Amino acid sequence: MTLAALLAGIIFVALNAYALLGGADFGGGVWDLLATGPRKERQRELIAEAIGPVWEANHVWLILALVLLFTCFPPAFARLGTLLHIPLSLVLIGIVLRGSAFTFWRYGGGGHGDSEQRHWGVVFAVASLITPLLLGTTAGAIASGALPNGGAGNGREFYATYVAPWLEPFALSVGVFALVAFAFLAAVYLTFEADEPELREDFRRRALASGAALFAAAASALLLSPPFVRGALIFASWALPLHVLTGAAAVTALAALWYRRWRLAQVGAAAQVSLILWGWALSQRPYILPPDLTVAGAAAPPATLRLALAAVALGAVVLFPSLYYLFRVFKGRG
Amino acid sequence: MSDLLAARSQMGISLAFHIVFAVIGIAMPLMMVVAERRWQVTGHAIYLDLAKRWAKGTATLFAVGAVSGTVLSFELGLLWPRFMEFAGSIIGMPFSLEGFAFFTEAIFLGVYLYGWDRISPRAHLWAGVAVAVSGAASGIFVVIANAWMNAPTGFELVGGQVVSVNPIAAMGNAAAVSQAIHMTLAAYAATGFAVAGIHALFLLRDPANAFHRRALQIALIVGAPAAVLQPLSGDLSARHIAVHQPAKLAAAEAVFHTQAGAPLTLGGWPDVAARETRFAVLIPYTLSLLAFHDPHAVVKGLDAVAPEDWPNVPVVHLSFQLMVALGTYLAVLSLWVGWLAWRRRDLAHNRWLMRAIALATPMGFLAVEAGWMVTELGRQPWVIYGVLRTADAVTPMPGLVVPFVTFTLLYCFLGVMVVWLLYRQILRSPTMPEWRGFYMPVGGRGNVKSQGSEGEAG
Ligand code: HDD
Ligand code: HEM
Ligand code: HEM
Repeated sequence: MTLAALLAGIIFVALNAYALLGGADFGGGVWDLLATGPRKERQRELIAEAIGPVWEANHVWLILALVLLFTCFPPAFARLGTLLHIPLSLVLIGIVLRGSAFTFWRYGGGGHGDSEQRHWGVVFAVASLITPLLLGTTAGAIASGALPNGGAGNGREFYATYVAPWLEPFALSVGVFALVAFAFLAAVYLTFEADEPELREDFRRRALASGAALFAAAASALLLSPPFVRGALIFASWALPLHVLTGAAAVTALAALWYRRWRLAQVGAAAQVSLILWGWALSQRPYILPPDLTVAGAAAPPATLRLALAAVALGAVVLFPSLYYLFRVFKGRG
Repeated sequence: MSDLLAARSQMGISLAFHIVFAVIGIAMPLMMVVAERRWQVTGHAIYLDLAKRWAKGTATLFAVGAVSGTVLSFELGLLWPRFMEFAGSIIGMPFSLEGFAFFTEAIFLGVYLYGWDRISPRAHLWAGVAVAVSGAASGIFVVIANAWMNAPTGFELVGGQVVSVNPIAAMGNAAAVSQAIHMTLAAYAATGFAVAGIHALFLLRDPANAFHRRALQIALIVGAPAAVLQPLSGDLSARHIAVHQPAKLAAAEAVFHTQAGAPLTLGGWPDVAARETRFAVLIPYTLSLLAFHDPHAVVKGLDAVAPEDWPNVPVVHLSFQLMVALGTYLAVLSLWVGWLAWRRRDLAHNRWLMRAIALATPMGFLAVEAGWMVTELGRQPWVIYGVLRTADAVTPMPGLVVPFVTFTLLYCFLGVMVVWLLYRQILRSPTMPEWRGFYMPVGGRGNVKSQGSEGEAG
């Protein structure tokens, strides 16, 4: 494996972690929006307590992926920023509103129950719904190979250059998929975090429903995918084992939910979503931005790559023990 | 509005917004840690209350800092893709290190804010220390990246291609040390005096309030030393730009003509068309003395630079004057505080001092903004000084005025909300029946006074 491929892999690991952790924080916002029934307020309280201590740390995975991307693959970052300016700006607005509304809601008022603060809860929830859609859509635009070299400034019209690559069925279906996946993860994690049995059942039902919806979303994304993506996902040598594993993880997650094995459900759901992401990564090898920008072609000089790897190694030594500590303090079940 | 101007304005607004929260994120954790440590040492609940209230306000500000910082990381690609394509491999290094510093900061912030009852007091204090250290580290890393834009090194240009990239050399650029010191001090000075100023306002009404007295003391311990050092570190910065970025110094000082024994220009309005500065007070030889430590040294004027490479002289000059004026005020005020503290005077009953500190509340932040205008506008028309022009770095996407207006409105809205929420929280500070008449030893020097005897000093 080349150094560039290794770093591309590391960036993708960071994105995967963002999907599993930051994604679930967005999913929590979705369930806040959809909170219903007699335990409505307790559902919201549980969601807020689960997100509170960790969302900033979970959010940094995205920053890490981004800075490593522009350090190690500057042309890819430049092209993404140029051609996906509009959806990424909208993602940013969503991220800004989500994060600030959450703290305004939790910290701004005179205590947690402060009802005049509730409108911040609504902003938080709506931003949590829209941001994953747009994030998924940008991922779909990348996967579909709609961001070719010279896309900008070669006389094509504004719409064709800056809008059409992402405002199309496949990219949008990936957006829906991301939203459903994040909601599914959040529901599964919340079954694990809830202390009260009724609350746990609330989220179990939500997890089962969104798990089923995830199948539908994945299937429609596959149907809408451009031929070269679908081809890779079906005929490549790694495709069959990957699909078998993903299916096994999905079945495990749903069966564990059914039999109320919360810890196992969590592992299964995380594995399922991760495997789907890695399927995407494998399908677009050797390209970092299909159809023409390869990992090797976009890579920074070796001196930069070596140092970036050293920084990652050094950072990991600090990062993983700290993360372990964070999750032990707040997510450990004593 | 041209696309270039819209992009520059959006970048400028985003940074000017973010820097407020970044500065607070660097300095507030230090103050919280000092308060918490005092609680652990003295056992006085008042310090714990202080640490918790500060932490509550900081939590809101941190979140806004984090999201506005995220916007910036994306904006580098959304607005300046050609800059990033050029520079990413050279200065990505400090950004990557910064990424890890953010991680430790965010992780231990979560532990600090939500862990009061979950971990031991000692572990809690260390979590606070980790936040303070990684906050300062992330600020230093990003400033190193900015310093490289002012003093680019660590690569060679062959036929427009970047070769021989050396990211370590890029991080060791000539501006890095002076900028990193100046910025870090600025964070402590600005936040320290902002917090001290707010508590001084309360003390003007109620000088015996023990809560605000402790708060003032800790804020000044953090802010005053930094404010005293700031002119010295500013001098280091000025001597750096005198050698490496003559156009910036010339604009900051409004020097149109290269001359030996240059005078220092105070105030005045630079008339670019006439190439002279009107209504200014000139102090002979002082600029040469300050910039080169030699009264007869030659200071390059703007005439040494082609007019199309001039920055916006009036704005840079006025920003620089503003920063130096505010810096002087804060430094003198800090010396006054230091003198009174050394004489063991009671600060809170000195009404003139309290007024002077209350007046200083916004000054550090204004100086920070003004200083960045000097650095960033003074570098124009270059995004990478002498290497890449801002006009060549901007994205080809048209219609940039739309995101500029959108983000400006978003930031205005957020700014108003933050101020409103903090205002409500500050109003809820213990006004004070809770702490009134509370018997407290003053500071760590052991001169115990009760509230009744405090009136005698000042
Ligand atoms: C509390 C804030 C504060 C205070 C009191 C001062 N400064 Fe400052 N100054 C900054 C906050 C700041 C800053 C915002 O942090 C800057 C922008 C970039 C940087 O590195 O620091 C800056 C930049 C900056 C620069 C440009 C550096 C460059 O572009 O590389 C110079 C020459 C000075 N300062 C000089 C001074 C002097 C002579 C001061 C004397 C009183 C002073 N500053 C007080
Ligand atoms: C947080 C404090 C900062 C403030 C208030 C600030 C302010 C500004 C302003 C006003 C502009 C517009 C200047 C113009 O185009 O006329 C600008 C541009 C820019 N700044 Fe800064 N800046 C800050 C720090 C930084 C840092 C740390 C970096 C990078 C590491 C940076 C990178 C840029 C870039 C890439 C541009 C656009 C290109 C250019 O105009 O030169 N800035 N900033
Ligand atoms: C001199 C200018 C800057 C300083 C001193 C600074 C410092 C800081 C600090 C201390 C924080 C964390 C504290 C908080 O969240 O309130 C922060 C957050 C952040 N900053 Fe800045 N910053 C500066 C400019 C920039 C620039 C130019 C970028 C983008 C390239 C940037 C990117 C970020 C990001 C992504 C975060 C969020 C990290 C998180 O999620 O916790 N900053 N910055």
